[in-house]
Amino acid sequence: MKNNFLLSLSLLAVFSACAQQPGDNPGVYSPEKSAVPKPAGLVADADNAGLKLPAGFGAIKVADGIGRARHIVVTQQGDIYVKLMRAVDGKGVLKLHDNNGDGKSDATTGFGNYGGTGIAIKNGYLYASSDEEVFRYKLDAKGDVIAPLQPEKIISGLINRRQHESKSIALDNNGNIYVNIGAYSNSCQERDRQTGSMGMKPCPILDSAGGIWQFKADKLNQTYGDGVRYATGLRNVVGLDWNSQANQLFVMQHGRDDLHNIFPALYTEQENADLPAETMYALKKGDNAGWPYIYYDPFKNKKIQSPEYGGDGKKEGSSEYVDPVVAFPAHMAPNGLLFYTGNMFPAKYKNGAFIAFHGSWNRAPLPQEGYYVAFVPFENGKPSGKWEVFANGFAGIEVVTGTRGAQHRPCGLAQGPDGSLYVSDDVKGTIYRIIYTGK
Amino acid sequence: MKQKALMALSALALLSFQTAPKKTASASAVNKSNAATPAKTTAGNAAVMERGKTVYLTQCLACHQVDGGGVPHLNAPLDGATAVTGKDKAKLITIVIKGLKGVELDGEFYSNAMAPHPEMTDQQIADVLTYIRNSWSNKASAVTAAEVKAVRAKIK
Repeated sequence: MKNNFLLSLSLLAVFSACAQQPGDNPGVYSPEKSAVPKPAGLVADADNAGLKLPAGFGAIKVADGIGRARHIVVTQQGDIYVKLMRAVDGKGVLKLHDNNGDGKSDATTGFGNYGGTGIAIKNGYLYASSDEEVFRYKLDAKGDVIAPLQPEKIISGLINRRQHESKSIALDNNGNIYVNIGAYSNSCQERDRQTGSMGMKPCPILDSAGGIWQFKADKLNQTYGDGVRYATGLRNVVGLDWNSQANQLFVMQHGRDDLHNIFPALYTEQENADLPAETMYALKKGDNAGWPYIYYDPFKNKKIQSPEYGGDGKKEGSSEYVDPVVAFPAHMAPNGLLFYTGNMFPAKYKNGAFIAFHGSWNRAPLPQEGYYVAFVPFENGKPSGKWEVFANGFAGIEVVTGTRGAQHRPCGLAQGPDGSLYVSDDVKGTIYRIIYTGK
Repeated sequence: MKQKALMALSALALLSFQTAPKKTASASAVNKSNAATPAKTTAGNAAVMERGKTVYLTQCLACHQVDGGGVPHLNAPLDGATAVTGKDKAKLITIVIKGLKGVELDGEFYSNAMAPHPEMTDQQIADVLTYIRNSWSNKASAVTAAEVKAVRAKIK
């Protein structure tokens, strides 16, 4: 049994080099395959690290209290790189290493004196972002950063007005990097979040934000002029991932807030809590998702004209804007997106999407929602079934009434070389590793 | 309409749930006279707190949340915030009237804009500020309508 496992593991390692973390050069990592912690030796924590999971799954608390852990990535050797929202002791990128294969981090090292969100590995490089820049670091054959103090600056000068400032990143298999530049506004009103204030026409924010920009992954010192506005009309995207089956970028938009506060005559508090959908888009170059002119109503399954632009809650929005491929309940704040290509989990999870929902605040006075990891099955690069809650219990309380009450909030997702799913929490700085032990 | 009333009710229930344990705790405290003192000297009367709560529910709760805890990184907390319980009442009054474009508070940055509320009366602002200065773990002096009026005159 164990032999079979090891055999499949080494097959997996070969396979994963191209399928799991697309673009990780197999040659670079081949000497290190034996260093991958073996799933056979992993035992889930007795309390599954406080998580509620489907039957057959377990969770290990890898690390705790490491800082505000945003996005994460796992090397072929099983080490975890974590991007912190704010540097701790001058270290904004942490590396967690497990010495004995029990899944718990035994050694933390770090570098990069900047806060941020984005982190990714591609073609032997670690990419990490601040709220204005994207850096990259060459990795050696062990997946270690060679020169932590001399990163290459790939992109700089991205707009940061301290609202929706995260610069999340994803890379394709064709030498491009995609960067989210969030809109520094809720709904492009003349006066942000003020009751009755109407939208600016056209919304000037969209020139430099409110979309996904495409840059070259290996060219130094790029800024707006070197990039392409790949997709626009996206208020804020924190979770995004390249889907290699569809060969397409998928993004999770944070929908707008405050429909009731801004237009109390048009929207009740209940409607404010339920609208608009949090949306998943499969993007093509040139797509426009419609923010701030429309929002997506998950009950009508329609694009609705924003009240700031003449809408009344019923008028449909223009068909020039793309439709989402999945609509989720409002305000849940999708911060992480990962297409699962591993072999550890049962077949239904293969190629499906995991989404880390950071959890809502704008549903008040109604109870908050989210604070869990959801799953959407996919076939041939398209959603093939309804979404479901996959991992819950992060908040540590049954009902979140005030956001501060949530003890942990899921933010980043990563897949390990053995197919484990990693989840980061940016409240207490906990890293979870979810494994499948069922048969 | 009915739904909204129900919701306001449930929010009220939540609010009282947040404050109730504290009352019980102070009532059972060994030094009862000490525990009772702040309410007399700082909070003003119960009517002010009730009126302040009503304003809080309609104007503040959506962002600052039912527990006054705000939202990490986005909306500033009121509970335990030095600027809320501090001596500078004029600053608080100004924030309510003029709003904010993000704020640094106790070493954290909160990025969401706070809308200005010039339409609120002096009394409403006084009531809600007294309420937030004396709810959850906060205990500080009341704000009067006269103080609001004076600040409003200056910043116009």
